[in-house]
Amino acid sequence: MSNNSSFISIQNVSKSFGSVAAVSDVSMEIGGGEFFSLLGPSGCGKTTLLRMLAGFETPTSGEIVIDGQSMSAVPPHQRPVNMVFQNYAIFPHLNIHDNIAYGMRKERLPQAELDKKVEEMLEMIKLPGYGKRRSHELSGGERQRVALARALIKRPKVLLLDEPLGALDKQLREQMQMELRALQRSVGITFVFVTHDQEEALTMSDRIAVMSKGRTLQIDSPTELYEKPITREVAAFIGTMNFFDGRVVSVDNDQIIVDAGALGIVKGIKDTTNFGVGEMAQIAVRPEKFSLSIGAPNGVGNFIEGNMISTAYLGERSYFHIAVNGIDQPIAVSAQNSASADINIRDHKGQVWLGWPDAAVVLLKQDASHSQAQ
Amino acid sequence: MTDNTATLRSTLPRSTKSGGWLSSLLMRFEALRGYLLLSPTLLIMIIGICVPLFILVGMSLWTQHGFEFDKSLTLANYFNVAEQPIYKALLARSILISGGCALATVILSYPMAYFVAFHVHRHKMVWIILMTLPFWTSYLLRVFSWKIILGYNGVINSGLIGMGLIDQPLEFLLYSPLAVVITLTHAWSAFAILPIYVSLEKIDRSLLEAATDLGDGPVRRFFRITFPMSLPGVIAAALIIFIPTVGDYITPTLLGGPDGIMLANLISAQFGKVNDWPMGAALAIALMVTVALFSVVFVIISRKVTERIT
Ligand SMILES: Nc1ncnc2c1ncn2[C@@H]1O[C@H](COP(=O)(O)OP(=O)(O)O)[C@@H](O)[C@H]1O
Ligand SMILES: [Mg+2]
Repeated sequence: MSNNSSFISIQNVSKSFGSVAAVSDVSMEIGGGEFFSLLGPSGCGKTTLLRMLAGFETPTSGEIVIDGQSMSAVPPHQRPVNMVFQNYAIFPHLNIHDNIAYGMRKERLPQAELDKKVEEMLEMIKLPGYGKRRSHELSGGERQRVALARALIKRPKVLLLDEPLGALDKQLREQMQMELRALQRSVGITFVFVTHDQEEALTMSDRIAVMSKGRTLQIDSPTELYEKPITREVAAFIGTMNFFDGRVVSVDNDQIIVDAGALGIVKGIKDTTNFGVGEMAQIAVRPEKFSLSIGAPNGVGNFIEGNMISTAYLGERSYFHIAVNGIDQPIAVSAQNSASADINIRDHKGQVWLGWPDAAVVLLKQDASHSQAQ
Repeated sequence: MTDNTATLRSTLPRSTKSGGWLSSLLMRFEALRGYLLLSPTLLIMIIGICVPLFILVGMSLWTQHGFEFDKSLTLANYFNVAEQPIYKALLARSILISGGCALATVILSYPMAYFVAFHVHRHKMVWIILMTLPFWTSYLLRVFSWKIILGYNGVINSGLIGMGLIDQPLEFLLYSPLAVVITLTHAWSAFAILPIYVSLEKIDRSLLEAATDLGDGPVRRFFRITFPMSLPGVIAAALIIFIPTVGDYITPTLLGGPDGIMLANLISAQFGKVNDWPMGAALAIALMVTVALFSVVFVIISRKVTERIT
């Protein structure tokens, strides 16, 4: 995906505002042409990190290198980055044409050439002929596109986007997600995209840095983050996850066997995480990895008997909560409402059977909440 | 007791009904609501401004004969204003002095307002109040204190002589248009700081960051974003100074000397010593119309200028 494995290098960067540590010792490498997201709850330091890339905040310690050049001594107006602000920051005293042309003054293009370039940008953002309008005559989505065009016309090496879709309604947001992703592919500019919406990050990004309280928890591709979270915090933040406690009984070359009490003996696939025999482990299973059946499944595999306590119909899928004797939390299970799905199960009350394949099991360290990942 | 409740019951529905009628009327006609809210101010405006203005206009069409008014309508006074060079000269001087005041006030107030808006982060209001402090003393006191500062044996002259920089006191300091401009500028600066400050304070800081992000250094950013966006405040400040100072006659009387006399001095003389009220009224109207014209031209020009520099 990336043609340059380290186009932006963030090295042990920290930022404090007085006694508030907004960003603590963050390191990451972002490749050239990558769509990279910073994902985390509000207040976790995403904006601060982005503003340090743009040069609006100076790191308290650490260094930022962009395209081989250290940014410590480069003022914001000379950095090879441009930003799309959270509120779009369209200049109200200028029309749309002049807004988009704003950053091109230094290039000293002939007027006709500049006008042509602006018109091209307006075409690209699907607002042709909007040049004479003012910002207050545009809708939120249109303003967002203008902010994008204003930054992209400068052909920056990096485009920084701070929750650019946050103010849009759901339908428009989903449409803009697709457009933004397609645009990024076609222009080939590195995007650093800030969002608190995990679904948005998952659908758009090449890689995601999950942040919490000023630190990075895990930096990985969307699939890796979803399928192989390395801490409970990441697993809980991205999607829904069922957690069970267990104790490791045996470890061999490709399997880890865990005694999970009421859940029975659970087999997990051995990957990079090392477990010792007798160690406590967290067993994590996504709701959609379980299968539900009314009768006892015949044949081999993992299954357990439970009691259906609630069902929720969400259109394309249904959610179920199943209470199992000996497990405190009801287990969350989801199933597609496809044509072949067993619709009886939605109206079913009482006894059901839960099954899961070994591959569904993610094993996490018991107190892994403070480990940091690369 | 029962009687009371009965009357209450019978009156209640009716009163709510009439209230509903009124409020539904107000709901339906938004303009009516607006006028209702405006009505106290509107009333004062009509009584306090429009009525005297009509009287003034009416009087300017009369002529004075000794102690009597000739009430036949004539434009003779206005022809007089247009023909006599003294009136035109004083009108031009009034405009120049007030324009100079407005310019000086805005130039001096802008940095102060800018400083408070962008570089003071706490107790902004305290700073603003401190800056308006000169305004807390009486206007006459301020004028007299400038007389002491600028006078023949005043603070500046004796200071400069004491330092051996000059032998003779500088005579142009007092009783000159310069003295009038200095005094009026000082007296009115408080009025200019506020609108400029408000327009600067209102500028969304992310717009400034966006301009920086798009490659503008601090100076270019000031001329492309900050200044044009603060222009409404600047225009307001300039007009707030220009309009009242053009009619000032106290400062020119006390500090202007023969070269610093303004049209308003002449107007006040018409209503006093000269005792030609219709002529005074015509001069006042002429001054008012000129000020209005200058203000309109000023607003248009400053709009155009901003469009050019951005
Ligand atoms: N200029 C500032 N002054 C003081 N504290 C700040 C400032 N900017 C951010 N913070 C604090 O830093 C933390 C991270 O903020 P931010 O980067 O905006 O988070 P996010 O964008 O992830 O919501 C928050 O606790 C916030 O209150
Ligand atoms: Mg933020």
